Amino acid sequence: MPADLEFDDVAVSYRQAGRADLRAVDGVSLALHEGEVLGLVGESGCGKSTLARAACGLEPLTGGSIRFDGEPVTRLGRGRRPQRLRRIQMVFQNPYASLNPRRRIGSQIEDGRRAVTGNAPPVAELLADVGLEPDVARRYPHEFSGGQRQRIAIARALAAMPRVLIGDEPIASLDASLQARIATLMRDIASRRGVSLLFISHDLSVVRMIADRIAVMRAGRIVELGTAEEVWAHPRDAYTRRLLAAIPIADGLGTLPGG
Amino acid sequence: MSRVGRGQADGLTESPGADAADWRGLRIGGLTLSVRGKDGPSEILRGVDLRVPAGEVTGLAGESGSGKTMTGLAVCGLQPAGALVRGTVELRGERMLVPNVLSLRSRELNRVRGREVAMVFQDPTASLHPMISIGGQLTDHVRHHLGMSKQDAREHAVSLLERVHVPRPREALSRYPHQFSGGQLQRIAIASAIACAPSVLIADEPTTALDVTVQAGVLRLLRELCDDLGLAVLLVTHDLAVMSSVADTIAVMHDGAIVEHGDRRQVIRHPRNDYTRSLIESLPKTPPPGAGPYDEELTDAR
Amino acid sequence: MSTDAAAGPGGRRTLRAPAWKRRRRPLLPQQWRRPMAIVGIVVIVFWLVIAVLAPLVAPYDPLAQEFARLAPPSAAHWFGTDVLGRDVLSRTLYGSRISLPLSLILVLASMVIGSVVGAIAGYFGRVVDEVIMRIADLVFAFPTIILAMIVAASLGPSLLNAVIALLVVSWPSYARVMRSLVLSARGQEYVVAGRLLGAGTVRSLGRDILPNVAAPVLVLATLDFGNAILLLSGLSFLGLGAVPPTPEWGAMVSDGVQQFSSWWLAAFPGLAIFTVVVAFNFVGDALRDALDPRTAEAVSEVSV
Repeated sequence: MPADLEFDDVAVSYRQAGRADLRAVDGVSLALHEGEVLGLVGESGCGKSTLARAACGLEPLTGGSIRFDGEPVTRLGRGRRPQRLRRIQMVFQNPYASLNPRRRIGSQIEDGRRAVTGNAPPVAELLADVGLEPDVARRYPHEFSGGQRQRIAIARALAAMPRVLIGDEPIASLDASLQARIATLMRDIASRRGVSLLFISHDLSVVRMIADRIAVMRAGRIVELGTAEEVWAHPRDAYTRRLLAAIPIADGLGTLPGG
Repeated sequence: MSRVGRGQADGLTESPGADAADWRGLRIGGLTLSVRGKDGPSEILRGVDLRVPAGEVTGLAGESGSGKTMTGLAVCGLQPAGALVRGTVELRGERMLVPNVLSLRSRELNRVRGREVAMVFQDPTASLHPMISIGGQLTDHVRHHLGMSKQDAREHAVSLLERVHVPRPREALSRYPHQFSGGQLQRIAIASAIACAPSVLIADEPTTALDVTVQAGVLRLLRELCDDLGLAVLLVTHDLAVMSSVADTIAVMHDGAIVEHGDRRQVIRHPRNDYTRSLIESLPKTPPPGAGPYDEELTDAR
Repeated sequence: MSTDAAAGPGGRRTLRAPAWKRRRRPLLPQQWRRPMAIVGIVVIVFWLVIAVLAPLVAPYDPLAQEFARLAPPSAAHWFGTDVLGRDVLSRTLYGSRISLPLSLILVLASMVIGSVVGAIAGYFGRVVDEVIMRIADLVFAFPTIILAMIVAASLGPSLLNAVIALLVVSWPSYARVMRSLVLSARGQEYVVAGRLLGAGTVRSLGRDILPNVAAPVLVLATLDFGNAILLLSGLSFLGLGAVPPTPEWGAMVSDGVQQFSSWWLAAFPGLAIFTVVVAFNFVGDALRDALDPRTAEAVSEVSV
């Protein structure tokens, strides 16, 4: 299967005053195949967000390479992002910070459409895709709830007709009752538009629902990679098992999660 | 169970007929709260009735904006300035019987708060002072409320940290909040909350900011404290899975009122209310993970 | 609308205000209904009207030296007359035509220059930031008025030179505030999102960053307005600003204090400076409260 986004032995380190460098990402090799949903799971500080930012050129690599469509992803410096790389888009964690509060929804989505040459779908269609009415375009972000804002952020990312969509903990700030819904929405749109989705989350139970494959990350490394069913039902790595055992289940039985 | 508490001397007398009921804990009756909004007053709570008995974890579930957090705050008299609160919050602790927390004057309220009713919040870094050592924070509290000597307070702090399973408690006393992980900090925040042996603990999303593996530990701790100390725990969270694993009874809140309150099994498996049902249906449908042979290995590891 | 319309903000409450606080930021008019803000606005409007209508409301020509010298306040000369027999009331009223616009220009210019320079420092960082902020530090290292005196003295006494001198000393505070605001805004998710969509420097700064950080700088400017009047008056007082016989408030106070027994010479222009400074501070406070969501809540409690 051809890969859209290929991480090859990627390393990202941060310099720390008076201490050894912090290796946030430590030799990750991973491929996001065309049209697949890859779930990247791990706990806070495991480097999953750093990896996502690196894929967008937001972090300098200290080792390895990231290739998009066969060509390397260059770091986003002061200049404008090259056309080619705008086909990688991101949905952020905090829906309250990812929309410019002083601009109308419509013009923010327009930015996405203008980002690439080609026939980007009209704003109304993008909004309809994420389950919002066309009149949303005339309004401002503060008029919307967290879940709605996240839908808007998804629409904006899709406006640039990405080939790779990266969700960096896109459901972590939402109510539990919304998390599964937004995750499924992202999955559905990605598969409808033929976009590869890298879905990053700490919530294995939601990722399992939408991902084709799951990668489990810990301390900058991928400790387990397999199909969603494999990882869920037959985890090989001890850490993955601990992670699975710690998930509380809403079964009404009062079973305390292990940990 | 002595009724002679400090409360009586301060005018915190019991209501008539207090002896009749032999229960301990917290009873919220007809709690309403409204704030002045841009277009007239808006009701945040519309008559909340809830009983939080001692020795049980009572879950208060609901989406954000449902008023669950405000309920927890109002019980402690921590409602926003200018808010109008009506109703009764009856507190029946080991040391103190308060017919209505809401009618207390601020000095009496301060005594109840922190001594009889303690709170734990989502973000432990916000409830611990960054510039004061853990020991300082834990001892200040008990010295103020219980009038302990410095040495006794220190010993008490060590036993508290042991109680919440913070490793090497003596060393921990001289360290500062930034030197601990989020899970350890939440444990320390819980230690600080139970320092004065309160009868009621209000935990507002205590594990929402934590990783799952850490969350599991904190949930176990809450359950343990509730069982061992006979605390009345009010657990406020939007996470029904968390609720299902620790709470004995679950109350579901929607739009400022409790729409359903019952045994956890009944609420999760056979919800009577439509709103509750919609909440439960929105959860990811997943079989229990890892049916494989990992369970025994995990037990070994423990 | 979407199916999740019932949901409020996300489950994490650490950064966001709870639901009862989450009302839209009150519109400014409600904020202005505070007593202090009203007083401030009334005083400022009063002085603006005076400045425009000075020739109509002033009883005499401010430069005419045709009255008894050093006459105390009387029915004919409410504020008395000065050493040269000029009417103090007329001079004070005419003074508003000089002091107000000049300080306005001064504040606006230093706000614009300081903000742009600060935004550039914050956005580009590294060498650019270092150079700009070290220059700012250099200016900060001197006492404001002393540095302004040195610059004004080297340029020669005139009102324009005084404004230039004060510009030199007042831009760094705006630059510093703007730099830190831009620095924190630069990492905001919506700014990053814009960059991922291909926004260049100018777009990113002009559309995503500056509109969202302008409020605190605006507040700083209103609070700085009083300061600007005082500094300008101060330079005039020292003889480095307005040249006689220009009726500038600071210069009038300066002249007045030399006539020790004639209190009215310094008192009335001094009072004029005082009222304007206080008024702008009131307005600045109100503006700050209105733009700061944390205080906006408390403010609405006392609105009349």
